[in-house]
Amino acid sequence: MRAITWRGVNEIGVEDVPDPTILDPGDIVLEVGLSVTCGSDLHLMGGYIPAMRAGDVLGHEFMGTVAEVGPAVTRHRVGDRVVVVSFIGCGQCWYCRQGLWSLCDNGNPNPGMTEALWGQSIGGCFGYSHALGGYAGSHARYIRVPHADHGAFTIPDGVSDERALFASDAAPTGWTGADQAGVQAGDVVAVWGAGGVGQMAARKAMLMGAERVVVVDRLDNRLEQVRTHIGAETLDYEQVDVLAELREMTGGRGPDVCIEAVGMEAHGTGVQHVYDQVKQQLRLQSDRPTAVREAIHACRKGGTVFTLGVFGGLVDKFPLGAVMNKALTLRGAQQHGQRYVPEILDLMDSGEVRTEHLATHVMSLEQGPEGYRMFKEKEDGCVRAVFKPAG
Amino acid sequence: MATDTLTYLAGAVVGRVRSLVDPTGSASATAGRTAAGWLAVTVLRDPGDVDLASLPAPLAEFGHRIEVRADPAPAGKGTELRARLRDRRPPGPAPARLAGADPEADLRSALRRAKQLLEVGAVLTVDPVPHGRRTATPGGALLEAWTRGAAGAGVR
Repeated sequence: MRAITWRGVNEIGVEDVPDPTILDPGDIVLEVGLSVTCGSDLHLMGGYIPAMRAGDVLGHEFMGTVAEVGPAVTRHRVGDRVVVVSFIGCGQCWYCRQGLWSLCDNGNPNPGMTEALWGQSIGGCFGYSHALGGYAGSHARYIRVPHADHGAFTIPDGVSDERALFASDAAPTGWTGADQAGVQAGDVVAVWGAGGVGQMAARKAMLMGAERVVVVDRLDNRLEQVRTHIGAETLDYEQVDVLAELREMTGGRGPDVCIEAVGMEAHGTGVQHVYDQVKQQLRLQSDRPTAVREAIHACRKGGTVFTLGVFGGLVDKFPLGAVMNKALTLRGAQQHGQRYVPEILDLMDSGEVRTEHLATHVMSLEQGPEGYRMFKEKEDGCVRAVFKPAG
Repeated sequence: MATDTLTYLAGAVVGRVRSLVDPTGSASATAGRTAAGWLAVTVLRDPGDVDLASLPAPLAEFGHRIEVRADPAPAGKGTELRARLRDRRPPGPAPARLAGADPEADLRSALRRAKQLLEVGAVLTVDPVPHGRRTATPGGALLEAWTRGAAGAGVR
């Protein structure tokens, strides 16, 4: 089958790879309908997560039709239209039972790698390096889905493929951020990053009763999407002083909850951005925490800062003094999608969550390199490049 | 105060270097593992479900070469399952442990597989993973070696 692969730093290819097969009784093989680029792929593409091997199949956010089922699968049949959570959870360990699915003890066959980096390993993820299991990704005609009874969800008839696609990762990641940050009715919530995940975190915060939700970015078309499709307010950090604006908007308090949905390649302005770029390129820090720093400074005393963007290792000039002295709660997570997808699909069915606008560029697998280039450069207003393996 | 700090830092650095260079040194014998040498996982099963007389195959294969303990975990977290080699050779240096090339790597991997068997009923199969052309690069060779050892590597 054809698949989009990582060939080296900033080198994306399209090549023939073997078809996947059922390996465990709880597997399904899915014929991929749609598979979408994610901002976190850019960290792999750029070599910032150095656990990719040439030839690895990319992609972790996808939906499709069940083509084959293992003998232990009970919730799905051949022909079902399903969306699959990007993280693989066994459903039986303590973390899965707590609803903390991305922390699954049994989903990552290479636990030694992330144990060395972080002290404990987390779960596995499709198409996201050997550090997270080495699973083949979804930018291909077919993909094997282990523990399918837990990770695959039947899509309601009334939900289009283009909408359901984002119930795989962007929406449940946003849901994880707002829910785990403990947004309360009446809160003011600020979200850094107007990509798919940031938009979904803003939407969930609104659904949880936030009084005011403000999304920070620099890209006009994304900020316009936030205003039009999500209904939140926006700030362009290249045009205004974000900290001053947030203080003014909150009567001097600062937002109750600050959600960072940017990750390790954050942009910024001025000396700070240059400093972070130089240190990252010299490998003196692995991640650029520009947006996290701003979120910590912006947050009200006693508030919560949630890191939802993907980080891999170490950062420099981290404002720990502000965290401690302002009595902040600092949290983070990959997505616990199995916990949120049923609610998201219901809301997609009722029209309260809409995501089609994120799919700005729909392409064939053969256009993979072009799609990633456009996505990386934000060319032509690209918010997400979506691949349609059947052409 | 400054002198104390410098003395502490110097001691820490010397200890770390010594543990990497000479893992048999008495001062570094516990670097990366407990003095008693137990490796541990917590299994979400009642202690009564973890029968030490009938261990999961990955641990049973060690026979008398290992000691095994099972204790209740607090707050409903299941059972703490511990295993250690009877012949406890000095732990490998940190890089070997992280690469899964130390004397305890096989036991570490067996504990993880035993946990999966007790919780899920099977060990997740991974290979073969579909992939494209692998080019021969030093970085790729290093990653493949690390991946091969990753099931037994770690800090636990």
